[in-house]
Amino acid sequence: PTTDCFPSYLRNYLICKILEKRGGELKMSFPEIMKWNGWGYSDSKFLFNKKGQAEFTGKRYRLSGMIIPGLKDWMEGTFGANLQHKTPATVSPATLNKAFLEELKSTGIPFSHDAEDRVFRAHGHCLHEIFALREGKFGRVPDMVVWPNCHNDVVKIVELACKHNVCVIPYGGGTSVSSALECPPEETRSIVSLDTSQMNRILWIDEKNLTAHVEAGIVGQDLERLLNESGYCTGHEPDSMEFSSLGGWVATRASGMKKNIYGNIEDLVIHIRMVTPRGVIEKSCQGPRMSTGPDIHHFIMGSEGTLGVVTEVTMKIRPMPEYQKYGSVVFPNFEQGVACLREVAKQRCAPASIRLMDNEQFKFGHALKPQVSSIFTSFLDGLKTFYITKFKGFDPNRLCVATLLFEGDREKVLQHEKQVYDIAAKFGGLAAGEDNGQRGYMLTFVIAYLRDLGMDYYVIGESFETSVPWDRVLDICRNVKARIIQECKDKGVQFPPLSTCRVTQTYDTGACVYFYFAFNYRGLSDPVHVYEQVEHAAREEILANGGSLSHHHGVGKLRKEWMRDTVSNVGVGMLKSVKDYVDPDNIFGNRNLL
Amino acid sequence: DKIRALDPMLKKRDDFEDMLEERRNSSDLRYALRCYTPVLYKGLAPCKASMLKSMVLQSDQLHHVIGQVSRETGRAADDVQEEASAILEEMAHCLQLSTVRFFAFTLSKVFKTLFRSICVNEEGIQRLQQAIQEHPVVLLPSHRSYMDFLLMSYILYTYDIALPVIAAGMDFMGMKFVGEMLRMSGAFFIRRSFGGDKLYWSVFSEYVKTMLKNGFAPVEFFLEGTRSRTSKSLTPKLGLLNIVMDPYLKGEVYDINVVPVSISYERILEEALYAREMLGVPKPKESTSGLFKARKVLSEDYGSIHVYFGQPVSVRSLAQGRVNRCQFNLVPRHIPRRPSEEIQSFVNDSAYRLVRAQEENMVLKPWVLLASLLLQNHHQDQTAGQKRGMVLEELTAQAVWLRDMFREYGAFLHWPVVLLDICVGGQVKPGEPHSTVTPEEELLSQAVIVLSCASYRNQGLHVFLRPALLASAINAASSNLKQEVFNSFSFLRNMFSNEFILCPGATVQDFEEACYLLVKTGALQVTQQELLVTERGQRTVAFLTSMLDPFLQGYQVVCRFLCEEATENLTEKQFVPAVRKFIIKHLLAGRLRYTEVLSSDLQKNSLAALLRLGAVQKIKGRIKLSKVTYSSVFLLRTCVNLTYNC
Repeated sequence: PTTDCFPSYLRNYLICKILEKRGGELKMSFPEIMKWNGWGYSDSKFLFNKKGQAEFTGKRYRLSGMIIPGLKDWMEGTFGANLQHKTPATVSPATLNKAFLEELKSTGIPFSHDAEDRVFRAHGHCLHEIFALREGKFGRVPDMVVWPNCHNDVVKIVELACKHNVCVIPYGGGTSVSSALECPPEETRSIVSLDTSQMNRILWIDEKNLTAHVEAGIVGQDLERLLNESGYCTGHEPDSMEFSSLGGWVATRASGMKKNIYGNIEDLVIHIRMVTPRGVIEKSCQGPRMSTGPDIHHFIMGSEGTLGVVTEVTMKIRPMPEYQKYGSVVFPNFEQGVACLREVAKQRCAPASIRLMDNEQFKFGHALKPQVSSIFTSFLDGLKTFYITKFKGFDPNRLCVATLLFEGDREKVLQHEKQVYDIAAKFGGLAAGEDNGQRGYMLTFVIAYLRDLGMDYYVIGESFETSVPWDRVLDICRNVKARIIQECKDKGVQFPPLSTCRVTQTYDTGACVYFYFAFNYRGLSDPVHVYEQVEHAAREEILANGGSLSHHHGVGKLRKEWMRDTVSNVGVGMLKSVKDYVDPDNIFGNRNLL
Repeated sequence: DKIRALDPMLKKRDDFEDMLEERRNSSDLRYALRCYTPVLYKGLAPCKASMLKSMVLQSDQLHHVIGQVSRETGRAADDVQEEASAILEEMAHCLQLSTVRFFAFTLSKVFKTLFRSICVNEEGIQRLQQAIQEHPVVLLPSHRSYMDFLLMSYILYTYDIALPVIAAGMDFMGMKFVGEMLRMSGAFFIRRSFGGDKLYWSVFSEYVKTMLKNGFAPVEFFLEGTRSRTSKSLTPKLGLLNIVMDPYLKGEVYDINVVPVSISYERILEEALYAREMLGVPKPKESTSGLFKARKVLSEDYGSIHVYFGQPVSVRSLAQGRVNRCQFNLVPRHIPRRPSEEIQSFVNDSAYRLVRAQEENMVLKPWVLLASLLLQNHHQDQTAGQKRGMVLEELTAQAVWLRDMFREYGAFLHWPVVLLDICVGGQVKPGEPHSTVTPEEELLSQAVIVLSCASYRNQGLHVFLRPALLASAINAASSNLKQEVFNSFSFLRNMFSNEFILCPGATVQDFEEACYLLVKTGALQVTQQELLVTERGQRTVAFLTSMLDPFLQGYQVVCRFLCEEATENLTEKQFVPAVRKFIIKHLLAGRLRYTEVLSSDLQKNSLAALLRLGAVQKIKGRIKLSKVTYSSVFLLRTCVNLTYNC
């Protein structure tokens, strides 16, 4: 995630360009730059060229424009995906509902009820949502989209919504993977999607206290870029930061890759302003810590759009780091890797980011290696492989890789780096170079694009996460992966699925684990249903192994059924009573969480 | 699916191969020295027997318990650690291939002399091989003879399958040389009782779990805990099953495969010993010299053995929907805790299910049928005061009738193509005892023969158990009303649940199964309200009822003993001799029909049942009638009445 990955001026430029008057109505949409039925930018995607080699198009990523020779073999080997078959994609028109239109016109706030605008905001990025889009099927979509420009606009919209009993669903970056943006099919009222994308300014920066006051619709990469111009950063970098918004982070309790230095969202926010049907909720001062009863921020963080719209946030900022360095370590097996991460966490010396990929994911990363530029590099690669597998005796089917990112002033980074590599060595880890590390992080940004390629070739997949105490990490990884494989087999999936994981964050007492899972669905009549059953089973397995319902993706509607077991009856009752007080008429009726 | 569950006829079984045949045709030495390369568990981290010990001693669980014991007793932690290490030393196996090869050679010789054939279902072996690769495996053989575990290892060695580590009772350790030999062939030794010894329990459970989790070897133990002296399956013991299921329940392994193995002997080596033991001749202590004295058995014919490796049962699928594994989320998993009620009942039900799986695949020989018929005939003769035995043709005819019934009830029968080449001069009856001095001695020596005979009959009891309970219930009930019959079925079933394998809480299923079988064979008609025995069902019902009769009389006589003779000071130890004296008196006076009630096994089971039902109480080691509650007196009286009716 260095800045060269994110030519983000494009997005702002296009947002301005696509605001145009059409037939007396303001129309606003993204289709030219963003895919409407897949992840990310329209110009960036994986495809197979005429020679049958994989290519990543566009100019946005380090991988862009490169040939990836290993991908085809990997896909065929892993999924039995035959690249001859292709699924056609179509989209169906949506039905219009103009109930809220007249009331809103007088305020001058831009809105639209164009089909594409509405469909675009009717989904997040769960597999079933994207699959439905590609198949041209879609259930309930919002009846219109509004684009407030500031806090006061939001206040007006929410007031009108209460007055006319209209359902409001806040929309930030649309990167949800918990069915949180799905419109409840049973909702009979008019549904308004409240798109915060126009509220994207930094209102002020306070260099004395190192805080910035920012509108909640700002997208991660813009926030970083704008702060960088003044020499600051927030350091909050979730994998979705190209598209996800500040308000979305707050509403879902987001976590960033570099949380070891900067903290998760709950450590970063100083002040939140939220518009609710009861009015505006906010604290009266910006003290760094308060003992004033339960922290009201914790009612807001993770409320998932059920209580109101976050409009403005004051965040901690830090001076930009002087120096960044990637790194990677190869371990003989996953067990040793986890033991090393545990030791790093124990000594509290985790770098800005430390992630451990299992063997399957390591192989996958290998398949995404771009074509090497010279015979010399290729020779060098061969030599490295030889050293690790033959000389060091690592089994290529067991070894795994940790990727590292160090940040800070140069001297400290180098010192820190040495400390971490020394620990790794105690667990049989070998330093495997900066390049491997950097490629590992790049992968997390392009992996979402890869899913779209998969779907073209009958492969569907998804990722999900959990957090778990240290003593359970190995058990949960093994059991969940095995459960996925077994469930796929039981449900009639004809090819062995990809079932892989990585330990992606470390804490004092536990870790965050990410699972990736994909399978070839040829021969299945209802692949999405099979997929959902497998994911459901995998989540049950996670919970049975002491994992949490979610580390940072949130609950949405996808994981609602487990909330009661997770927080107890009384817990659900507490949350319900807050909802009942703040939003008695269920204006924020996305039905997430409870 | 429900039909399939109820109808045992629909269960498919594999064919057998005689593994001794090859032994008879090729060199035993070459066989013992051949290349042995078993397939192993896919997740196995290779380790030696000695490494296992250090893994156990360094485990979190043991560390925790050592700390606890040291705090509680004030002893130094090092001291307790040393004790743990000594316990482990006493317990641990040291599996060595050379010893196994030695056994392979000698056992080949012994088996060829003793047995005509050892038949194994090879498909079951293949399933086992598959199961071993996928998940850690637990082998659960039935237990009828000391031979069982040698035989198991012998078979696994022959089929190139990973050799098991076997939980054995400490009694073998008395036989110095043999004990060490067994240790080197994979046996590990556990004390018979270590109730409150936390440290011992901890070392033991950790040792078993470590072997299982690492896939070091299949773990083998006997669910019944001890050899069944009566050829009936024993109520399963749950301790070890609890231990081996723990790693799955705590998520330490993805799954565990449990493989029930049914070993059926045509004739058990210990046959006569068992009968004497149950009549009060104490069991000889295991000793090496005793073993050599026992070598005269080598000259006898023990027929054939059938070993059936059942379908591997996944613990994960057993626990599906039954156990909420989240219960381990809030306390570190290495801190030992009493299993929750949910888990206790799960393990208990699983244990019953597994014992029933063993029973289902037990191979029954014609002798089982003949013994049942002869015993019934013998009792009828006795009542009539005659000693005529049975005419061979009549026995044959009855045996064929019974065979068809066995088959319909789904028994795993091995019926020879040529029937009965034995030729006894016209009449067949249980053997005649040698002439003895006192009538009591005569009675006892006859009882030895009857009990041996009964042990053959008992092999087939599980096939008839539920229909027989129903038949007796129909007889005992005051009307044909379904509810009435069910009530008396339920009472009988409850009373006999120490005697037979009857899973607690499955009364309704058992009742349905019994009805289904009797209706299917045309012996019973079930209407909305009533159960009616058909004309042709009379014979079946009579046969089934008389199968249970000896047991009913046994329970009745124990009840009468307790009502009439039990003094205030009857201790548990005195119970068996006292009740035996009481029974001998009544038998000699001709007031009791069944010599079988002399079996101490039957007496102990009935006492256990009466204790469980609350009719009797144990206070400070003494057995007392619970006079306090009206219901217990009522219960006893019902029990007595009911058995009189039958």
